[in-house]
Amino acid sequence: MKKLMILASAAAMTLASLPTQAASPWVVENTTAQEECSACHMAYAPGFLPKRSWQAIMNNLSDHFGEDASLGETARKEIELYFTAVAPRSVNGVASNATPLRITDLRWFRGEHGSRLRNRAANDPNIGTMSNCTACHRGAERGFFDDD
Amino acid sequence: MKKKLIIATGAAMMVAAGVMANAQRDAIVAGLAAEAGVSSFSAEAGRALFLSQNTGGKAATPSCTSCHTNNPQAQGRTRVGKVIEPMAVSANPERYTDPEKVAKWFRRNCTSVLGRECTAEEKGNFLAFMMSQ
Repeated sequence: MKKLMILASAAAMTLASLPTQAASPWVVENTTAQEECSACHMAYAPGFLPKRSWQAIMNNLSDHFGEDASLGETARKEIELYFTAVAPRSVNGVASNATPLRITDLRWFRGEHGSRLRNRAANDPNIGTMSNCTACHRGAERGFFDDD
Repeated sequence: MKKKLIIATGAAMMVAAGVMANAQRDAIVAGLAAEAGVSSFSAEAGRALFLSQNTGGKAATPSCTSCHTNNPQAQGRTRVGKVIEPMAVSANPERYTDPEKVAKWFRRNCTSVLGRECTAEEKGNFLAFMMSQ
């Protein structure tokens, strides 16, 4: 009986020490990345762009889509490492020699958001731009986009 | 009796938090004054900086008002559309209480708007304006 209890508790400890699940590419799980990115826009998840794109973005923060988004080196490096660890090597529809920087320029994105939606976004001050995912997709930050 | 005590304690804590925020903000302003070698800052000059239209920075952000609107008590929006809480201390008492955050946003936004970092005097004037609003 005692042996059984020891065994059971050993099994419980082993289970507790296992990672609960692999990092999701569709939710920003790194606290620093979540905080810093979402200061200006929804923190876009690593899965949207290939590793090399995130690398390019994180190494040019002083001209981040026309704004200075520079960070201290400690935070910058942490965020770069997180994105490059979780992002995929390749993304559907992106040529292996291409390094897209804008999710909104990806072919699937433009296919899903045609001219009608683009016009609506541009004319609605509560949306503003196609980069404002959460204006229409309430669950975007949790990785849910199927609510449109 | 107990309820009153709780309310009084809550009110005292809120006042204490406000006093602490003011002290943190004052320390940031004092640091800028020492750096700039001045004894006080000009809220009027800060206002002029806030409203100024510039060409030296990035094309999308010629002015602070491009994102913050010309009313410091109003919410602004980033270029992507995310809400920015008001800049005026009266409307947003947590503003300018974290020195690292203040330094980070002056560095970024002065570069975006002016194409250069702001001087300590410009930063102090800007804070003086926002504290007067």
